Amino acid sequence: MEITSPTFKRNAVHALADRQLQKALGNVRAGFIDKRRKAVDALPEFDQLRDNARTIKDHTLANLDLYLEAYETRVTESGGMVHWAETAADARGIILDICRMNNARTVTKGKSMITEEIGLNDFLEEAGVRPVETDLGEYIIQLRGEHPSHIIAPAVHLNKEQVEEDFRRVHDYLPADRDLSEPEALLSEARRVLRAQYFQADVGITGANFLVAETGSSIIVTNEGNGDLTQILPRVHIVVASIEKIVPTLDDVSQILRVLARSATGQDMSVYTTVSTGPRRAGDPDGPEAYHVILLDNGRSSMLGTEFQDMLRCIRCGACMNHCPVYHSVGGHAYGWVYPGPMGAVLTPSLVGVDKGGHLPNASTFCGRCEAVCPMRIPLPKMMRHWREREFERGLNPAVARYGLKFWASFARRPALYRLATSLSIPVLSAFAGARKRFRYLPLAGGWTRHRDLPAPQGRTFMQQWRDRDTARQDART
Amino acid sequence: MSGRETVLSKIRASLGTPAGDDARRSIVEARMSRPPKGVIPARGQLAAPERVGLFCEMAEQANATVDRVKSPDLVPKAVSAYLRDRNLAPSVRMGDDRRLSKMPWAEQKSLEIGRGRSDGDDEVGVSHALGGVAETGTLMLVSGKDNPTTINFLPEHHIVVVNAKDIDGDLESLFGRIRRKFGRGAMPRTVNMVTGPSRSGDIEQKLLLGAHGPRALHIVVVG
Amino acid sequence: MIDETIPKPRVGLFVTCLVDLFRPAVGFAAVKLMEDAGCSVDVPVAQTCCGQPAYNSGDRADTAAIAKNTIEAFEDFDYVVAPSGSCAGMLKKHYPSLFADNPSWQARARALSDKTHELVSFLTDVLGVVSVDARLDASVTYHDSCSGLRELGIREQPRRLLGTVAGLELKELPDADVCCGFGGTFCVKYSDISNAIVSRKTERIRESGAETLLAGDLGCLMNMAGKLKREGSTVEVRHVAEVLAGMTDTAPIGGKG
Repeated sequence: MEITSPTFKRNAVHALADRQLQKALGNVRAGFIDKRRKAVDALPEFDQLRDNARTIKDHTLANLDLYLEAYETRVTESGGMVHWAETAADARGIILDICRMNNARTVTKGKSMITEEIGLNDFLEEAGVRPVETDLGEYIIQLRGEHPSHIIAPAVHLNKEQVEEDFRRVHDYLPADRDLSEPEALLSEARRVLRAQYFQADVGITGANFLVAETGSSIIVTNEGNGDLTQILPRVHIVVASIEKIVPTLDDVSQILRVLARSATGQDMSVYTTVSTGPRRAGDPDGPEAYHVILLDNGRSSMLGTEFQDMLRCIRCGACMNHCPVYHSVGGHAYGWVYPGPMGAVLTPSLVGVDKGGHLPNASTFCGRCEAVCPMRIPLPKMMRHWREREFERGLNPAVARYGLKFWASFARRPALYRLATSLSIPVLSAFAGARKRFRYLPLAGGWTRHRDLPAPQGRTFMQQWRDRDTARQDART
Repeated sequence: MSGRETVLSKIRASLGTPAGDDARRSIVEARMSRPPKGVIPARGQLAAPERVGLFCEMAEQANATVDRVKSPDLVPKAVSAYLRDRNLAPSVRMGDDRRLSKMPWAEQKSLEIGRGRSDGDDEVGVSHALGGVAETGTLMLVSGKDNPTTINFLPEHHIVVVNAKDIDGDLESLFGRIRRKFGRGAMPRTVNMVTGPSRSGDIEQKLLLGAHGPRALHIVVVG
Repeated sequence: MIDETIPKPRVGLFVTCLVDLFRPAVGFAAVKLMEDAGCSVDVPVAQTCCGQPAYNSGDRADTAAIAKNTIEAFEDFDYVVAPSGSCAGMLKKHYPSLFADNPSWQARARALSDKTHELVSFLTDVLGVVSVDARLDASVTYHDSCSGLRELGIREQPRRLLGTVAGLELKELPDADVCCGFGGTFCVKYSDISNAIVSRKTERIRESGAETLLAGDLGCLMNMAGKLKREGSTVEVRHVAEVLAGMTDTAPIGGKG
């Protein structure tokens, strides 16, 4: 998919002016936050579980090679096949080969961010294989030719009227008098259409929330049931997962599951948590006849051992974006690639390069709410700052900002000079403000005064006044 | 180099670890053969009667309906009552699970029973769970020759029978049961953990029941 | 009562650059509050800024130079107190990480970190102040600035002390823990997004129905005051220290009306 992260600022301006989007973003602010709060408050051990979840992932990452090897052995023992993909292109190629070997014409898909990351849908379509998204949100955006704007609520940027319009456009057999004004009716229509697709599909593709080294299993966590129908009805089940999805044991999975759904949707447990191991067994009445896992690296191994390793603990719950004031303002598409919000601001530069994704770690107020709610205790602001440091070291940030900063720092590093400069300029600035005590416009401060007034300095600086007070005191004493 | 070797060697280079690292390997093996106990919430550690009570409460919170019967013999009657109460046709589909087969279905004269996997035309499916998890009201179902997975997802209504004695407090205990039943490191093809009926909030964050899976989940707790 | 036999704790006031330049009244309020609580307060002239503009722009070299300057300036005090959660957080939580490869400076940074506090939490948690002698006949609402709230855990302290100001009615601000959109250089670098965030904040401020808005960080206050004034709001904006010190005779931030 085309990366528009370099034009983040322009994307943001468009997003802020998009009334449909702004209305829809109200649902993010209203919905997720309270639900998470309630679920977390109802579980006294939540923070302990977060600590343990972090420990589990840190241990796993420190031994990632060994757990991956153990996992592969178990998958093979249970009759499945593991394919290793260094790059997105490798993964796409492997998936297409499997589809071709099985003469696949239609592929159903469960919700998977990793297939967005590798741009699978466009690739399959060009190769003559029809991908059908089955998650309701994913189905809607596929009809619109869009990408997800949120990692767990892909169509959160839309309102029901827009969905109705798309359904009427694509499902052109729908009678005009059929009432589709409410979400219930839209869901029923999608359910009906997709039922047929599950049975037609030759291959089902899902992502994975976890890969379990102990058992060679892949696990998906969903609410709709589409991921399950995607993997049990077609002849072939393909799992696409990145290497950091691995977790040592089912006990470790249990620990992380307790923080996952609560952080994501505020449920104690998502409706369907499905553990899949190999193809159907001899005598099983249903289930896929073949089971393939694509293990994707795509830049992750390079994050290990760096200040960005902690990001590999991410379990894709979406809590960071649900609580982010910037995401709340511009939505997911403005971020310009697959992963939006704070987790995207750290991950995007890692995966596509800081030259392209550099805006994202800068577009944060560092309010810290993302880190405060992250179930895996990922220090997101700290890592965004690391990206800013890398940019600064490589001279990638705008020249005006660099020189401005250097100019300011040359004063801030020299207290006497700083004192002199401020004691000369500030009283003047104050005098200019007049009785209203604020500026509506100020040269060089347009970034500020475009949207808000600038409160004026009270008068002389604190340091000037303090010196007077000190002198007065000393005079009084002598 | 194969993709496998490339990825593994990149990981090892980043971690700065040699390939034949026996100390790390033994730690990893130990964790997989004896998984350390994590944090088990207090609510997952209740004694038997409260445990079953919590299971029912949590399942209802997740929008399931719950019925309790004294013995397996009473299950067919409870299923018939469920169908009647909701004006559903007297027809269900189920696998050949022995626990279900032993129940006196014949007593329900008008009830029609389809056997084997579902092809999507069944209104009601009946399954028997391996067990339940009290802390979240979750059912655990495993696939097998007599337990088709399709029944868990295709029918509009899913009725699941679970024995009260098979309801554990926490998720780890149920996974422990799976390890004992199938052998360490071995798993059935599919383990379904189900918490309430299928749902979606994808349109305007409005929660709707019955997305792609069952619109209703009814649990019959036996004993 | 102040026991004259015990030596007074020596506090170095880290004024913060914004208070120094824009609102000295906050600095004097801080001095008064700490002197009233029995401290001896001084203000080392060698201080400038905590370094956040450089730190958050990825400029570690300048940040470290500024930090060294701050560390040296405050080495002789028992405590370092700032009327800002953000700047106190910088000294307390971030300075030590700047010197990972320089043990002697790291030790000095740790020592500074250990004795650094934000003003209101210093009054309540360190000095044990439970009430203030001040009066304000107004309804006020309080915004929790992000660094103070999430880095330093400051939430109840200002509310407790405000509860002892005579005549003051505290009205809770909906979403008080949500960022105001200031974010240092963020508010000019991404001014349109910052504007969207602060517009939601002023909406909440209006919802609260309070006549006065308080917070503990001048950056956030200037942002919110600037937006309120641009919107024509009559809500008055002040730093919490001004109210606690009973120093509300000066014009509010951004003026009246």
